[in-house]
Amino acid sequence: MNDIQIWTWSFVILSFSLYIGIAVWARAATTGEFYVAGQGVPPLLNGMATAADWMSAASFISMAGIIAFVGYDGSVYLMGWTGGYVLLALLLAPYLRKFGKFTVPDFIGDRYYSNLARVVAVICAIFISFTYIAGQMRGVGIVFSRFLEIDVELGVMIGMLIVFFYAVLGGMKGITYTQIAQFCVLIFAYLVPAIFISLMVTNTPIPQLGLIGNTGGEPLLAKLDGLTRELGFTPYLAGKKSMIDMTAITLALMVGTAGLPHVIIRFFTVPKVSDARISAGWALLFIALLYTTAPAVAAFARLNFIETVNGSVYEASDETATPEWFKTWENTGLLSWDDKNNDGKLDYHGGPQNEVNVNRDIMVLANPEIANLPPWVVALVAAGGLAAALSTAAGLLLVISSSISHDLAKRVLFKGLSDQNELLTARLAAIVAIVAAGYLGINPPGFVAQVVAFAFGLAAASFFPVIVLGIFTKFANKWGAVFGMLGGIGFTMSYIIWFKFIHPEANLPENWLWGISPEGIGVVGMMINFALVLVISRLTAPPPPNVIAMIEDVRQPE
Amino acid sequence: MKTETKPKSDLYWRANLRLLALLLSIWFLVSFGFGIFWRDFFDQWSIGGAPLGFWFSQQGSIYVFVILIFAYSFLMNRLEKRFAQEGEPKQ
Repeated sequence: MNDIQIWTWSFVILSFSLYIGIAVWARAATTGEFYVAGQGVPPLLNGMATAADWMSAASFISMAGIIAFVGYDGSVYLMGWTGGYVLLALLLAPYLRKFGKFTVPDFIGDRYYSNLARVVAVICAIFISFTYIAGQMRGVGIVFSRFLEIDVELGVMIGMLIVFFYAVLGGMKGITYTQIAQFCVLIFAYLVPAIFISLMVTNTPIPQLGLIGNTGGEPLLAKLDGLTRELGFTPYLAGKKSMIDMTAITLALMVGTAGLPHVIIRFFTVPKVSDARISAGWALLFIALLYTTAPAVAAFARLNFIETVNGSVYEASDETATPEWFKTWENTGLLSWDDKNNDGKLDYHGGPQNEVNVNRDIMVLANPEIANLPPWVVALVAAGGLAAALSTAAGLLLVISSSISHDLAKRVLFKGLSDQNELLTARLAAIVAIVAAGYLGINPPGFVAQVVAFAFGLAAASFFPVIVLGIFTKFANKWGAVFGMLGGIGFTMSYIIWFKFIHPEANLPENWLWGISPEGIGVVGMMINFALVLVISRLTAPPPPNVIAMIEDVRQPE
Repeated sequence: MKTETKPKSDLYWRANLRLLALLLSIWFLVSFGFGIFWRDFFDQWSIGGAPLGFWFSQQGSIYVFVILIFAYSFLMNRLEKRFAQEGEPKQ
């Protein structure tokens, strides 16, 4: 075992013990504690928990790498995954908190006075959460295998065990306080290497300033843009996506973010409506710490990669030599070199004679080594990646378990269920969900990587329109909501399945509807949903007086 | 009693909607406007070494989003306080 592995094991064991300790301390005794942490979470802490809940393995490990390779096009993720919080804070969170129940299907079922609408919402919530959670469990396994050289399968099982402890024992209460700890771990782990690589490339410790700063006397971004053009890559500042597709994807991610049930329910845990508003502000502030750092890391890492790898001599030992970290990461399969012209040099460019293959995740994972940081920083990145994946997985698990025990068992199937039995059902459902998620993590269906678009597209096309119309109009009724959700999801799903699974070879801009890719099609699904609710509600009977009274109550301050 | 409180609650709701319209216009402008639609136009200026349109799409819009939520939270608390004070003596 080398130094890095000893450090990594220490950090992993230390952080995991902390999470388990919190779980034992925060055991849930009632359904109110299990579903919404007794509605007693202070807004600042809820902001931290929401940030960890939201930032997944993808945000932590993959996002900077994607931006590093697509440049301007990567803006869709930055704006999309943050701008959604504005919609959440202004249009959803305060009203749903005022409504004061436990889940998203709770609101939809009550507001649209229909168990059919409730069941449709439950199915959407479970489907969205499972597509998302499989990727998180896989992420845990991958971090274990890359840093500690143990099997992905074993890694997934360790992750399952940890989540089992705090999600099943503590419910929302346990999840909230572990997420706060996980936020601290992950943001520290992200910022430390970012600060050092910023110092290395631009001589400033603040990455956000480094991005607009100079490197070797010329503006960093101009230099990077010039280099990418020269070498035949997609120009960093230009990107390839059309304006309509950029717009559609950004909007779909924003609206999808606002409609994701595991994010929405975090705002049910604060004491007051005004807390829900300010808490969304704290959440976005903490998220912005990582999201404004990511594009800086992306630019630094890409520039550094091109400058140190391209043209370097593999067998040399002087300053022309290929950097040491390149050879280390070759062992993991994330980097590879194929000397096509047998000149012993690494030729890295955008043409067919390119010799270097790069996995995008390398941009975050190898950062500490690229910046020559000590082994404990490398270990910190591993612990941060695990924290990001576990915190998101736990939030999703709670959505699945509460959908089954509360929305399905208590509200539809067995209305006389006692609080204690409902709590037991919730714990059993969480256990089943963990096993199912672990299974998907170990045997990932080939499409896991491609279904992220699914989760956001479906959330955008299902929940967002019916919740917004449920609050901001009084005439939206049950038939409108049922057909709106089914129509929005039906369209979005068909479009994604068509281009991703049935005819992946036809997934090209000229075949897309109005030039909108499957990633952005949730926007069209959302509009279909809005239109169906508005039209059908006008043609059928208006909501009964008690629902109108409920809407008026939700709109008023406490 | 209901007829007395109703106009007040309507006023509160309308003030909320006006605020939402204002803040959401800014939300739209800094992201879709500056970062996507008129990106090339804004790129004629720069902030430090970064073209302005590009900077808005990867940095500026996010800073504005954070400010918007805190502003909404502050303004709504003030609005609620005002309506609570105005409401008391009437009842």
